[in-house]
Amino acid sequence: MSKKQILPIRLLKGFAMFWWDFLVGDTPELFIAALVIIGVIAGLRGAGYNSAAVAALPVLAVLSLGISVRRAINSSKKK
Amino acid sequence: MFVATVSSGVLVLVGAVFLACAVEMVEALTIVFAVGHTRGWKSAFEGVFVALVALVALVAVFGPALVQIPLSTLRLIVGGVLLIFGMQWLRKAVLRSSGFKAKHDEDAIYEETVAELRASGQSVGRDRVAFVMAFKGVFLEGLEVVVTVLTLGTSAHRLGLAATTAGIALLLVVIIGAIVSKQLSSVPENAMKMSVGILLVSYGTFWAGEGLKVSWPGNDAFLAFLVVLYTLVTWGLVALAKFESPQKKAAAHS
Repeated sequence: MSKKQILPIRLLKGFAMFWWDFLVGDTPELFIAALVIIGVIAGLRGAGYNSAAVAALPVLAVLSLGISVRRAINSSKKK
Repeated sequence: MFVATVSSGVLVLVGAVFLACAVEMVEALTIVFAVGHTRGWKSAFEGVFVALVALVALVAVFGPALVQIPLSTLRLIVGGVLLIFGMQWLRKAVLRSSGFKAKHDEDAIYEETVAELRASGQSVGRDRVAFVMAFKGVFLEGLEVVVTVLTLGTSAHRLGLAATTAGIALLLVVIIGAIVSKQLSSVPENAMKMSVGILLVSYGTFWAGEGLKVSWPGNDAFLAFLVVLYTLVTWGLVALAKFESPQKKAAAHS
């Protein structure tokens, strides 16, 4: 690959890299968790379970956060 | 009731934007001070100015474009983004509070930046290294602010309020920085980041739900409930993590 890329491609790559770092970065589990949460809530709403969706959304977010913190603590202990 | 529900949404919006902007600007200020004190203020200010112009241009371009997206789609996308972003901030804050991650140390970052600038040698004429360092510091930290302002502001239909709040936070940090004339190392950054994380996750949950047509009990007032819920969860996570923290174990062994 040539070192001197044209400006629009460099800008596009920079833009894509920013969003990758911003949304995925070193916590891909949180990115996946958010997608799963949205999928589950969409399913519940589609089936007409509004109360379940109201309860599930924050509960799933709390679970995802807890799992991510747990993972970080475990990997920190291994080091 | 109407005033109460509007207030909770506005308060969360203003709080999230203000704190996020203040924290990011404290970090940017450290880099600018390191550049200014080491290489001179002219190039530092030029870098800051160009970065600010670029950030304002981003808001001017993407702000009106975002408003064109249908509200439920926008809220779903924004909700998802804020959920991820907020959980990332909260995770870091929990790990820092419990001793599993080093706290952000502005003094150390200042010294590191100064060492890097000294190692790169003096430039003749325009100081390109200083300009780039100041530009990158302000632009990269500012980008997170721009995303926060745009996502929260457009979803809540209060882009003006979000931008004004960010401007006030920026001004406040700059004024305090100019008065003390050094990096703001005594700012409780982790506590501020934890608060931002709680507010972003609350907004993310709320908007993602709105985007998926979830009908929240009490409408906007449910945001206040989410803030309380996530605050309690965060305290709980910090307390649980502290049980296993390396600092606690070291203290127990000594």
